[in-house]
Amino acid sequence: MAVTVSLPGALVAYAGGRRSVPLASPCATVAQAFDQLWRLHPGLRDRVLTEQGAVRRHVNVFVGTDNIRDTGGLDTPVPDGAEIAIVPAVSGGTLGIEALG
Amino acid sequence: MVETRQISAHPGDVVLMVGTMKGAFLFRSNAARARWRRGGPHFPGHAVYAMGYDGRAGRRRIWAAPESAHFGAVLRASDDFGRSWTSEKDANVRFPEGSGSSLARIWQVTPGRADEPGTLYCGVEPAALFESKDAGTSWALVRGLYDHPHRPKWQPGGGGLCLHTVLPDPTRPGRLHVAISTGGVYRSDDRGATWRTAHKGVRAQFLPDPHPEFGQCVHKMVRHPAHPDRLFLQNHWGLYRTDDAGESWKDIARGVPSDFGFGMAVHPHDPDTVYIVPLESDEFRCTPQGKLRVYRTRDGGKSWKALTRGLPQKDAFETVLRDALTTDTLPKAGVYFGTRSGKLFGSADGGSSWRLIADGLPPVVCVKAATVHKAATVRKARGRRAA
Repeated sequence: MAVTVSLPGALVAYAGGRRSVPLASPCATVAQAFDQLWRLHPGLRDRVLTEQGAVRRHVNVFVGTDNIRDTGGLDTPVPDGAEIAIVPAVSGGTLGIEALG
Repeated sequence: MVETRQISAHPGDVVLMVGTMKGAFLFRSNAARARWRRGGPHFPGHAVYAMGYDGRAGRRRIWAAPESAHFGAVLRASDDFGRSWTSEKDANVRFPEGSGSSLARIWQVTPGRADEPGTLYCGVEPAALFESKDAGTSWALVRGLYDHPHRPKWQPGGGGLCLHTVLPDPTRPGRLHVAISTGGVYRSDDRGATWRTAHKGVRAQFLPDPHPEFGQCVHKMVRHPAHPDRLFLQNHWGLYRTDDAGESWKDIARGVPSDFGFGMAVHPHDPDTVYIVPLESDEFRCTPQGKLRVYRTRDGGKSWKALTRGLPQKDAFETVLRDALTTDTLPKAGVYFGTRSGKLFGSADGGSSWRLIADGLPPVVCVKAATVHKAATVRKARGRRAA
């Protein structure tokens, strides 16, 4: 079964209006799944990851119900047919710091 | 769903670009600047720290840097005063992979020299400079500054480690000043290939050595095009002027209630006239004594006068941030500023009297003014357009 990636509303515009993107090829890890996702929709990459390849601070990625921060990060295994969810973190609802200038 | 209101701008109009913590607004008036029509919010929910206007080569292009707290900052452009914007997918201000840096915020979008109409600069956090040579279609990190040996030792100011001011010299091709908080003033004379400090005399009184080689916390710096070697600087404590392009700076804080502040703007036609909004202190970053006062010098900083007509002089504990004070270019200069409490004030007589243009905006972080000229047929900003 294909792995799918679900997107938050804020990123739908980067994926041609899709909330859910099925991946055609098997992927063993989240990193491999994301490589496929970036090839399909290149603009998504910089919104989910920093330029240096880390998941953004206020973005959570789940495989099923597991947050990948607890399961090995981008090396987290992806079972066949799993859903990977990209979710804005509640912690990111504000800009966090008092920007003073 | 937020309803975004649109404006139509005509030649001779003034358009104010107001970036806030929750979106961007555009205000349009004719040359009388007595009545303003609001457009926006554009990018609702996004902080917009940087806006800019490129009126070169027949363009009428607004730049904005909407920033999602979750998904980061992008740079977008509009050639029709906000009715449509370039696609967010075309965001291309980014650090190279392997550089070790990731874009945190876009603080400044500045057109280059008039005779280099394809050149744009972008100042970002962490402190770095990007340059475009194709009017904003593509951007490249200015490696000469990024690789400067001081850079690893620059420290964040209260707003982060940001390169917030970019001043191309209008008369000397290749000369460029930038200001970094906290790093100081850096100058290049060779189109960004090499850089050296240009802040001798500017104090860093929050450091054990108040005159370090670098580490000054510059809040804003301005230059008048007719007098390019003269710059004015609002420091984290201290007001300064240089007459030799930053080789040496002199303290000009005489007659102000505080030399702490953020915003600074220069008169469009008089190189001796500069505006500031002093704040009480770095502990209490509000207008002193609850009085909202703009201070103006007309003699290059020898003396300052409080401008209060039309501004609240009681219970007004306001804050004006570093990019939230600006001027337009009409013959009788307009001066504008926004506050963290969401007020937008304007003067159509060089600051002598003021009116409240808007209240109830989200906290204002950026105010820029554009004088609209007749549109020419130019190539549109690149990218698919989104309403």
